[in-house]
Amino acid sequence: MSALLTVSGVSKAFGGLQALSDISLQVHRGEIFGLIGPNGAGKTTLFNAFTGLYTIDRGEIHLNATRLDGRKPHQVLQSGLARTFQNIRLFAEMTALENVLVGRHARTASGVVGAVLRLPDTRREEADSRERAHALLRRMGLAQHAHRLAKNLPYGDQRRLEIARALATEPSLLALDEPAAGMNKAERAALRELLLQLQADGLTLLLIEHDVKLVMGLCTRLAVLDYGVKIAEGTPDVVNRDPKVIAAYLGDEAL
Amino acid sequence: MSSVPSLNKAQPRWLVFGLLALGLALLPFLVDAGLGRSWVRLLDLALLYVMLALGLNIVVGYAGLLDLGYVAFYALGAYVYAWLASPHFGLHLPFWAILPLGAALAGMFGVLLGTPTLRLRGDYLAIVTLGFGEIIRIFLNNLNAPVNITNGPQGINLIDPVRLGSFSLSQPHELLGYTFTGVHLTYYLFLLLTLAVIFISMRLEDSRIGRAWVAIREDEIAAAATGINTRNLKLLAFAMGATFGGLAGGLFASFQGFISPESFNLMESIMILCMIVLGGMGHIPGVIFGALLLTLLPEALRYTGDWQRNLFGQIYVDPADLRMLLFGLALVAVMLYRPAGMIPSARRRQEFADAKG
Repeated sequence: MSALLTVSGVSKAFGGLQALSDISLQVHRGEIFGLIGPNGAGKTTLFNAFTGLYTIDRGEIHLNATRLDGRKPHQVLQSGLARTFQNIRLFAEMTALENVLVGRHARTASGVVGAVLRLPDTRREEADSRERAHALLRRMGLAQHAHRLAKNLPYGDQRRLEIARALATEPSLLALDEPAAGMNKAERAALRELLLQLQADGLTLLLIEHDVKLVMGLCTRLAVLDYGVKIAEGTPDVVNRDPKVIAAYLGDEAL
Repeated sequence: MSSVPSLNKAQPRWLVFGLLALGLALLPFLVDAGLGRSWVRLLDLALLYVMLALGLNIVVGYAGLLDLGYVAFYALGAYVYAWLASPHFGLHLPFWAILPLGAALAGMFGVLLGTPTLRLRGDYLAIVTLGFGEIIRIFLNNLNAPVNITNGPQGINLIDPVRLGSFSLSQPHELLGYTFTGVHLTYYLFLLLTLAVIFISMRLEDSRIGRAWVAIREDEIAAAATGINTRNLKLLAFAMGATFGGLAGGLFASFQGFISPESFNLMESIMILCMIVLGGMGHIPGVIFGALLLTLLPEALRYTGDWQRNLFGQIYVDPADLRMLLFGLALVAVMLYRPAGMIPSARRRQEFADAKG
């Protein structure tokens, strides 16, 4: 299997707090890669480092042949890494459709002149964007909410809308920060189906998740972080038996 | 999609457009006959403020960048016009060359002033832009020595009116038996340009660029993570807003024939902002309404002096004071009872309804 995302020796400190120490891992094309660890382990920090929201102190991040570290968030997205946020960050006052249309921004090019004069290229691009956006909403089961404000959607729908917006950017790697957080059992099952479908479509997924059961059943491989250090990496059953992982989650006494 | 218009729907639409066009064309004559010549002049001024408000609406309403120094671009447009079409430097270039030049220069300054503020938001941005606005005004006030560029507080006088060949907007013209005075003709020119500004605003609002602006306003980090180059789009918003401001400034200079730094103070910026907030931020009909209301209402309130004299035989409250008092009360009332503005966008209305319920 070929590596899509290669992280080598990434470190990041906030003042005296070493949030990430020398993290290296590889996400392979077509897999669902899980990133787990107790609260404060550095999972979201690592996500923010991938997506250009934080600059890292040391190390390198590559997506395919493109170096991601040192790039701005919109450039990271342009090179094919899209993300969702742990605390949903939709454009609250825009409709569901508009949210997804914003996702098309990076893959379209019309400027002011095109917009004002409605040039043929702009019209074509806009029609194409709308078609794709509607298709994504349908796929996420949000078609009936297309013209509702994002903030008025039920929680589960907001989560799915955020995924739809990320998918609209045509990523090669989709990074989801706790997509199942706050979901009930039925919603979790639906999410699981959705993620498997996306994988079947050829998308590579990177997933932060607290729900160990969901992660174990879904992920091809896992990495476990604890206090900013990667303590294990491998298939779910290998990680599951790793004494360091058990210690991190349950405390040393459990051994 | 709804690209196929049904006939019975399209007809009334054209009818509405036709009636609206006729109404707008006749408006200065009706106003002239009903209220007097000075009100046609006010109408011209109101159109200028519609342009200004729509320009600031791009920055504040769409992109969510609270700009309190907007009047600086208005001033720049006005001074560029004055420099190139007045005896001050002895230049008398034609308006069709200066107006775009002034607008473009203002747009450039929009980028220039926008660049250092890119990392600022909300209150901090407001303070810094307020500072920029004041800097420009103070420059204009003091650039009369050692080289006299702005003529200082005296301002620049005898600015050329808009003129095409021998056809000048400052003189009356006869057409088909009707006399079109300068203020009437100015109205048509301003109306044309205002319609252009409205058109551009509408097209931008419903486009890739407009959506990106709103996304930045809503959540800048999420916007960046969704692939929007927030730096460029914020600068674009500043530039577009400033361009409209510069255009309005040039028209103002040609219309008044005289400009001085006094016309471009902080109060002016705040008034334009009030027009947007009062009318309905980010919503074009609301912004237009706000601009018309805040230009015309204070003038209408001048009549309170006459009423007092008729009613009590003398004036108890100076109309100018009463004007500001009623004006302030009206602002407070709107904020209390229609917090989303007089004509809010469907979106904002929804938002405020949700916040209440």
